[in-house]
Amino acid sequence: MKLLWFHLMPYTELPDDFREKHPSVWVDIDSRLFDPERAHYMYNDFMDELQYAAEMGFHGVCVNEHHSNGYGLMPSPNLIASHLARATSDAAVCVMGNSLALYNPPTRVAEEFAMIDCISGGRLIAGFPVGTPMDTCYAYGQNPASLRARYLEAHDLVMQAWQRPEPFAFNGRWNQQRYINIWPRPVQKPHPPIWIPGGGSVETWQWCARMDYVYAYLSYFGYKAGEATMKGFWDEMARLGKDRNPYRAGFLQFVGVAETEKEALELYREPAEYFYDRCLRLDPRFAQPPGYTSEATVRARVESMVSRAADQALARRPTATAFKDILDEGYVVVGTPDQVAERIREIARNLNVGHLMLLLQFGNMGAELARYNTRLFAERVMPQVGNLFDDEWEDRWWPKPMAKQQRAVPHVSPQAVPV
Amino acid sequence: MSDPAERTVEVCGRECRVWEKGEGAPIGFLAGLGGLLRWTPFLDRLAEARRVVAPSLPGFPGGGRGHDDLDNHLEWLVATHDLLRGAGLAGADLVGVSIGGALAADVAALWPEAVKRLVLVAPLGIFDAEVPVADVWAQPPNGQAAVLCNDPEAYAAATALPEGEDLAEWQILQIRANEAAARVLWPLSDTRLVKRLPRIRHETLIVWGDEDKVAPASYARRFAEAISGDTRLATVASAGHLVDIDRPDELAAEVLAFLT
Repeated sequence: MKLLWFHLMPYTELPDDFREKHPSVWVDIDSRLFDPERAHYMYNDFMDELQYAAEMGFHGVCVNEHHSNGYGLMPSPNLIASHLARATSDAAVCVMGNSLALYNPPTRVAEEFAMIDCISGGRLIAGFPVGTPMDTCYAYGQNPASLRARYLEAHDLVMQAWQRPEPFAFNGRWNQQRYINIWPRPVQKPHPPIWIPGGGSVETWQWCARMDYVYAYLSYFGYKAGEATMKGFWDEMARLGKDRNPYRAGFLQFVGVAETEKEALELYREPAEYFYDRCLRLDPRFAQPPGYTSEATVRARVESMVSRAADQALARRPTATAFKDILDEGYVVVGTPDQVAERIREIARNLNVGHLMLLLQFGNMGAELARYNTRLFAERVMPQVGNLFDDEWEDRWWPKPMAKQQRAVPHVSPQAVPV
Repeated sequence: MSDPAERTVEVCGRECRVWEKGEGAPIGFLAGLGGLLRWTPFLDRLAEARRVVAPSLPGFPGGGRGHDDLDNHLEWLVATHDLLRGAGLAGADLVGVSIGGALAADVAALWPEAVKRLVLVAPLGIFDAEVPVADVWAQPPNGQAAVLCNDPEAYAAATALPEGEDLAEWQILQIRANEAAARVLWPLSDTRLVKRLPRIRHETLIVWGDEDKVAPASYARRFAEAISGDTRLATVASAGHLVDIDRPDELAAEVLAFLT
């Protein structure tokens, strides 16, 4: 299986009384809480952590896009990814991803992803999320009633931009361009692997199956709540006649590893509670812009047993902000390397996911603990789980970079620049 | 309250419902946010004096998913114009509430002969940064009703599930109406109507509820100042944004007094 190190880049200094004093971590979060000089250190720590994860042998490093968000400081994940493309040598650079409908024209995504693919020598995974309501409809003012149509059209535009050899005119409903002819173009042919981060929408599953894309279920609520959704996904794949190749799927899981269970419980309590209590202070006002959820999904939610189970999981969300509940619900997997490895194997098997995205820095976890967690996972957990699935299934959705000996080696490290 | 007669007209290749009741010269009615889920007491009051014709805009209850095809404001205005003409309302008096008011004003501005006299009830379509229009699509769960109406019981009656209807489909109709409105108004309820208001040379009645939580009564003055025709301002006490739902008798009296 593939293990990817995922960074949300949370602001780590939200005040203790954040939940009491502030209605939302997103969209209308109080800007006075943001200290740019503290963020200077956060960004540099976070970028070190991603680079360190790649050095420790994680198969990929992941970044994603959020706007006006106190737990996600990457409005432009491509800025971080372009740094990682150069600062790492073997890990996949997984941008999870660019919310296509927010780019005008979406040609910009085709170009920037092509740049990252060139800089990294073909190590890009191109994620195309619709984007959350908070990011797209409220923070970015996109019309929820046309968001999906715009997203699908932008996807078509980007895919054509990557693959059509001649300049072409694109006459879409939302995008008109006389000349599309991107320069640079991606290393990977016909295009970088496409992963679709999504919720539990049946239409997204069907679309991923039809397009042969990876479906990545990025929930913050762990493997227990995720089980119903992933079962729904695999039932739908079976119905559509697709195989159970676990690499069709990705899943996100918070993990905290320590030498002893006691130490793990001590170390990860505060960052976990910080994340679930402060970072997930979500205002329901921004959850349901009209048209964001398709009528088919609304109907399916009412009618389908699977979605009913998922809804129950959703309904549980606000409750667990205390560490014991966070662990009981499976939001965060905490333990010794052996305990975590056993749980990871169980998750991979039960949910049938080949791409596991791990949040090993979460909440207000400091650089030192993030590094400890990352090292223990890489050295003591990864060897126990890394070869899962590999004898049974091929990962057709992993980057195909240039041969290592043909890839450039950066000649100038920042430290080596003469003063 | 007897049921209205029902027929459909085709707009942009899609069927839209037209409800009609009463005798005499027609009054056209374009409903506000949420559309017409049911025939309302306000329309009954008007129908006692005149023939009331209420066509459904695409995407609003009775209007199917026609809004899917309407990608920009020009397409919405053409659809609204064609809907009114198809409903037999060319040159008739026209009453528009909320989003219906915004579109009615635009039709009068672009096709002056399409409208005789104009009644705008809490019309949307302009945005004043000093007193911004409320974000009706960013409300707590089940909180939209309190923003739209001052009288929760009147709102509940206007949206109640009719006997024999499927609850899920009834909810979808309401979500769809929100989606169609968002298609026109997202994110600020500003259709740049203010640029076109001076083209309106019609006699115009502008009505506002004094408890409007979507757009405060100061918007009434902005409409009155920008419209070129003679305008009359009226305020309905204890009415929220959907004045026709909150205070049907009072609004009907104002409208009929103006149109007589």
